[in-house]
Amino acid sequence: MNKKEVPQDTGVLDHWHNIQYAVDENGRYTLVPSSGWEPANIANYQAWGIIEERLSQVIEKVSAGELSPLAYFMEKGLMDIALLAKYVRISRWRVKRHLRPDIFRCLPLNILEKYAKVFNISVEELQKIP
Amino acid sequence: MLNKDIKINFAHQQSAHCETGVLSGLLSYHGLNISEALCFGIGSGLFFGYFPFIKVHGLPLITFRSTPGAIFKKVTQRLGITLEHRKFRDPENAMGALDTVLDQGIPVGLRAGMFWLPYFPSHFRFHFNAHNLIVYGREGSGYLISDPVLDEPVICSRRDLVRARFAEGLLAPKGTMYYVKGIPSQVDLWQAILKGMRDVSQAMLTPTVPFIGIWAIHHLADRIRSWPKKLGHEKSKLYLGHMIRMQEEIGTGGGGFRLIYAAFLQDASGVLNDKRLHDLSGKMTLIGDRWREFALYGARICKGRANGENSYNILSDILHDCGHMEKETLREIRKATS
Repeated sequence: MNKKEVPQDTGVLDHWHNIQYAVDENGRYTLVPSSGWEPANIANYQAWGIIEERLSQVIEKVSAGELSPLAYFMEKGLMDIALLAKYVRISRWRVKRHLRPDIFRCLPLNILEKYAKVFNISVEELQKIP
Repeated sequence: MLNKDIKINFAHQQSAHCETGVLSGLLSYHGLNISEALCFGIGSGLFFGYFPFIKVHGLPLITFRSTPGAIFKKVTQRLGITLEHRKFRDPENAMGALDTVLDQGIPVGLRAGMFWLPYFPSHFRFHFNAHNLIVYGREGSGYLISDPVLDEPVICSRRDLVRARFAEGLLAPKGTMYYVKGIPSQVDLWQAILKGMRDVSQAMLTPTVPFIGIWAIHHLADRIRSWPKKLGHEKSKLYLGHMIRMQEEIGTGGGGFRLIYAAFLQDASGVLNDKRLHDLSGKMTLIGDRWREFALYGARICKGRANGENSYNILSDILHDCGHMEKETLREIRKATS
């Protein structure tokens, strides 16, 4: 890649830059800051699009009473059951059970606090339907 | 129990890849001026792996980087550098150890989960646990951080740093920290560069396990042809987008990695005084550009600007091309180093 060809397509990087290795007029490699590249932006937006789609599906299910609010926060934190289980140090099958609204409603405070701590929210927020 | 402020006189330098950036930064601080590209080459950073049976969020694992930490290990071994490397169970101990080393005036490298680092642009905060950064001081309740992929140093609160150091999941960092303990007075750059090149050509040309190296590039190229038939158009687009992200996003860059390697070959030709390597650097640049063409065309498909089965055939051809070019160039590298 030539130094002049280093793309400057602002997008996912916001105001930040990344470094591209490019060749200058004399054929020497130099480090050139780039504000982004359109293909990389497109791929990144695509990944977030899928995440948002999944999140809206979960919100629907939570509002319909099929899943507990915990499912919403899990999805929002880009986690799956296995990962969330590791963070709260509760076994996977129990976390899975906690996604059921009827079970979630009866959870003791100390378990709710564990979840709230991971998501960095209060216990009240955790119980609210999004 | 707040510790007093401390600021080590560490010069932030932005790099393309976090692992080589941290390494180059730490070594430069200790007086061994070695560029990111040289670290990348000596550490044999060039790689390709396609593991269709390992799924990450339902998508096949495609990687352009060797296992996290491999570059560290190889560079320190090949240059004879002593790197103190520690893991922790308890967050308090981990932060205590960090503070102790900082108080001695030594910058410290950390492994961290990107999801928990608040200073990153929100679009990059995935659960990726093999990010590397340098801590070079303390200010109030925050830490001064030189993150090699960012424009300038940042401050990160103690609480967020603890979370990032103890991120869970794949490649969990477990509080990993490392700092330079000793650098030999005389480093044998010559031998290290040769070893790095030999290693990379062997790993890519004659891998000990399948699914990596040139073979994997061709294998993936063959698979891509059948994606639209096998997966349907929507899912193929997802696969493609995933691959482009692995290739071009910060710190993972595939096309970018080929260009860093080209820069390394240029540096190496200076050190070894070998004109052949300079020519090979030019070839490597072309390979990097070809990979970028792949991303460019792939993104057009993702956006729906290029359709039909033929577009996947074109992608497959580009990929086969990358494979052939890399094979040829790596063979010449092997010849030049034997």
